[in-house]
Amino acid sequence: MNPLDLLLEPLQLGFMQRGLVAAILVGVVCAVMGAFVVLRGLAFIGDAVSHAAFPGLVIAFLLGIPLYIGGAVAAVATALAIGWVARKGRLRFDTAVGVLFAGMFALGIALFSSIDDYVADLFSYLLGNVLGITTGDIVQVAVLGAIVLAIVFVFRKEFLYASFDPAGAAASGLPVQWLDYLLLALIGVTIVVSIQTVGIILVVAMLVTPAATAELLVDRFWDLVRVAIVVAVFAAVVGLYLSYYLNIASGASIVLVETLCFAVALLVSPNAGSLSRRLGRQRS
Amino acid sequence: MTIASETHATADGPAAVVLHGVTVEYGQRVALDAIDLTIPTGSLVAVIGPNGAGKSTLLKTIADLIEPTAGTLEILGGPPGREAKRLAYVPQAELVDWGFPVTVGDIAMMGRVPLIGIARSPSEEDRRAVRDALETVGMAEHERRQIGALSGGQRRRVFLARALAAQPDLYLLDEPVTGVDATTEEDLMRVLEAEVGRGRTVVASTHDLAAAAHHFHEVILMNGRVVASGPASLLMDRELLRETYGGHVVVLPEGELTIIDDAHHHDDAPAGERHFHEGRR
Repeated sequence: MNPLDLLLEPLQLGFMQRGLVAAILVGVVCAVMGAFVVLRGLAFIGDAVSHAAFPGLVIAFLLGIPLYIGGAVAAVATALAIGWVARKGRLRFDTAVGVLFAGMFALGIALFSSIDDYVADLFSYLLGNVLGITTGDIVQVAVLGAIVLAIVFVFRKEFLYASFDPAGAAASGLPVQWLDYLLLALIGVTIVVSIQTVGIILVVAMLVTPAATAELLVDRFWDLVRVAIVVAVFAAVVGLYLSYYLNIASGASIVLVETLCFAVALLVSPNAGSLSRRLGRQRS
Repeated sequence: MTIASETHATADGPAAVVLHGVTVEYGQRVALDAIDLTIPTGSLVAVIGPNGAGKSTLLKTIADLIEPTAGTLEILGGPPGREAKRLAYVPQAELVDWGFPVTVGDIAMMGRVPLIGIARSPSEEDRRAVRDALETVGMAEHERRQIGALSGGQRRRVFLARALAAQPDLYLLDEPVTGVDATTEEDLMRVLEAEVGRGRTVVASTHDLAAAAHHFHEVILMNGRVVASGPASLLMDRELLRETYGGHVVVLPEGELTIIDDAHHHDDAPAGERHFHEGRR
């Protein structure tokens, strides 16, 4: 088989075509939101929100309504509750997040364990199955993703200022608290949109890893977003091909490629890479 | 208390800042205790006091970042927050995430963000304001550098440029010259002096008594409450300093005062204010 056939053969299959489109869409939205997640130190919140979406999915499944809606309601509600706890709480913030996240996930498992059949569908939400995605799913991902990106575009300057210096931004009249809640809600929507691709357990990697990789390589915010998108798209494509040929789970495969990109960036990074520092020393 | 009411008559409009009985409590701790204060338009005033005196809290309350437990404020002729776009607040350097991927130019442009408005891109006027501000503080040639690569003095210059770019009527600066070299201190104070000459008002906290006495026109001596306020010559009053700094003032044999004060210790950080902005530092 020649190399071109290796690339083209999987594309004959409808599920691979759909999977590729979905993985790229999700990768792009996650990369953009991930830039904020990484710079605001929200990785743990991302993990919490994705797990908190689980009971929403199960309840939606039990009620027979679209799973996306249940997941989105639970994820956004949890994201906003976290923002609220962060402002009002007397507890350490990460403690509050940990309690909320474990409690919601436990609720999901309890409800899940009460279901006798059709568990396969829900399992795909835990571990992700981008190859099982339908055209209708892709339309949903595309529409929700476009809405998220449009909102980020509208508030791009305000989000950046409020992320970098919330006090300075608030003093000059920006509604920083409102922007924070909006950002958390957008992260919640992004997570739900991504869950079918990589699953609840790995979705945080889709958010964090491309942006973290980019942070090692560039030092301007919008460059960081661009590089994160490139990493995410690369990982989506390469990850899906690896998943096809090695017969491994698609979500895990995409995340592993992203992790590999991160490791390479760590080595070559002008700022943090031990390899580049060593080379620099030899040159000077 | 009114600062230097003879030299800065309020003929040129209402006072920039008026506080009546402003009290701020963090749980059990009283950070500001019934502050009465009038800062006329065009003042160049230093807020002086030991750690925990409430200097940062005072600035944040004026900036509408903290809601007072009691009392009323009038800022630039309106209730707190109403004239937010006419005000520039610069936080302490140690509260800023210097690893954040933004350049010198990006930060100066942030000063324009509230003026540009949602969804819009910077206009030629915005870019000119940023360029002018960076030139004024001597950072124009560093416009594309990441802020982590700057020296402490350069970082303070960039943050002042952000404030200048907003073209505000009131500057609220938390420790703008702390830990900078003498040249930077001179440069930054000359810029602020020029702004005051244009009728703007500058309120800055500082640990540095010498800087306050040398560069500022007026001072507010604080220790939870306002001990005294008036012309900078108040700093010559040993009794007032003792009252402000308590036991931390040492009178040297030559009659010079030394204040034992740890500039790195952090005051005014209420436990309740901890939120997810502070996850990365």
